[in-house]
Amino acid sequence: MSNVTPIWEVFVRAKNGLSHRHVGSVHAADARGAVEAARDVYTRRAEGVSLWVVPSSTIIASDPGEAAALFAPAEDKIYRHPTFYVVPDNVKHI
Amino acid sequence: MYTVDYSKPQDARAAQVEDADRLAAFDARVAADDFIEPKDWMPEAYRKTLIRQISQHAHSEVVGMLPEGNWLTRAPSLRRKAILLAKIQDEGGHGLYLYSAAETLGVTREELIEALHSGRAKYSTIFNYPTLTWADIGAIGWLVDGAAIMNQVALQRTSYGPYARAMVRICKEESFHQRQGYEALMVLANGTHAQRRMAQDALNRWWWPSLMMFGPPDDNSPNSAQSIRWRIKRETNDELRQRFIDATVPQAEALGLSIPDPALKWNEATQHYDCGQIDWEEFYAVVRGEGATAKDRIQARIDAWEKNAWVREAALAHAAKRSTKQAA
Ligand SMILES: [Fe+2]
Ligand SMILES: [Fe+2]
Repeated sequence: MSNVTPIWEVFVRAKNGLSHRHVGSVHAADARGAVEAARDVYTRRAEGVSLWVVPSSTIIASDPGEAAALFAPAEDKIYRHPTFYVVPDNVKHI
Repeated sequence: MYTVDYSKPQDARAAQVEDADRLAAFDARVAADDFIEPKDWMPEAYRKTLIRQISQHAHSEVVGMLPEGNWLTRAPSLRRKAILLAKIQDEGGHGLYLYSAAETLGVTREELIEALHSGRAKYSTIFNYPTLTWADIGAIGWLVDGAAIMNQVALQRTSYGPYARAMVRICKEESFHQRQGYEALMVLANGTHAQRRMAQDALNRWWWPSLMMFGPPDDNSPNSAQSIRWRIKRETNDELRQRFIDATVPQAEALGLSIPDPALKWNEATQHYDCGQIDWEEFYAVVRGEGATAKDRIQARIDAWEKNAWVREAALAHAAKRSTKQAA
């Protein structure tokens, strides 16, 4: 058993209809403790109606060094955007 | 200020060995007000300076709970007690947002706390003054939180994403802190002769230390230029201090209290208040942690950490036992 209290990432749903959004992290021995800590740290003023906590060590992030390779190909596919297509001004509702 | 850098300038050797291209790209991003995020490449000196600044800020929030906690059980009414409790809880929250931001730079919470307890890490000198009367609680909210807000508002645009986001949250919560303090002093200032004297006495003792929170004057602030280039400091110590003075003097007038500075007067030409000399010798003595209150503060933190160790251990033992049970 490690004597270091694990870190959990905290996500808050501000209200129903919105997705959970990352707000920060807390330390807790287990998931239940993490929810309780997240409640005290991140929702003291009714900031949310639902919490997610996820062990930080389980998050897999893309490498910023590979950002160009991952995201750049999207930039030259401008035909994926509606503004690429020219439609006469007198044609409406399109 | 909570984020004033009290250490000597860093030597640049670490940076020299780093890839010049990546450094140039980093500098350009920061100069363009882009945000740097945790996994992005950053110069080692930037990372180290940020860890020091953010953790110092976090320690200040947490140590700052102590002088106010001193009055919790003696608050003059249930209303004041509930307010003070909520304010202190916010400060604990601020400390946690900031520790969480610092941890994204690759340092552990345990290392940060150890640095505070061993005296290697600093916290704002303002919390090394004692809270002698109830009026001090009002003065802290009005002046100390007021001074902190000046700096924190500017830091909402700091270059390191997690730090900037923590600042946005903190700023949302701070204005209640300042207003409740001002209101508490207002009650005393409009009260009996003795209450009025108590309010004036608190202002007399907290005014100069509050001005010192902004740190040394610009011509004696060695790390400022680099920090401003890195956008981890957005305005100079003297600019922020002047803004605080200009905002606060009329607030003191509205209370009918006088600011303990005979040289203080409005300057029509500059459209700012001129003020007297700050006693920087006192400031550096407090930074060095001289005086009984500084020792009490750190001892209180160490006691809290050590006396509660069994709770952390029990929680971990319980979690380990449950997960083995589930696996079986
Ligand atoms: Fe705070
Ligand atoms: Fe505050």
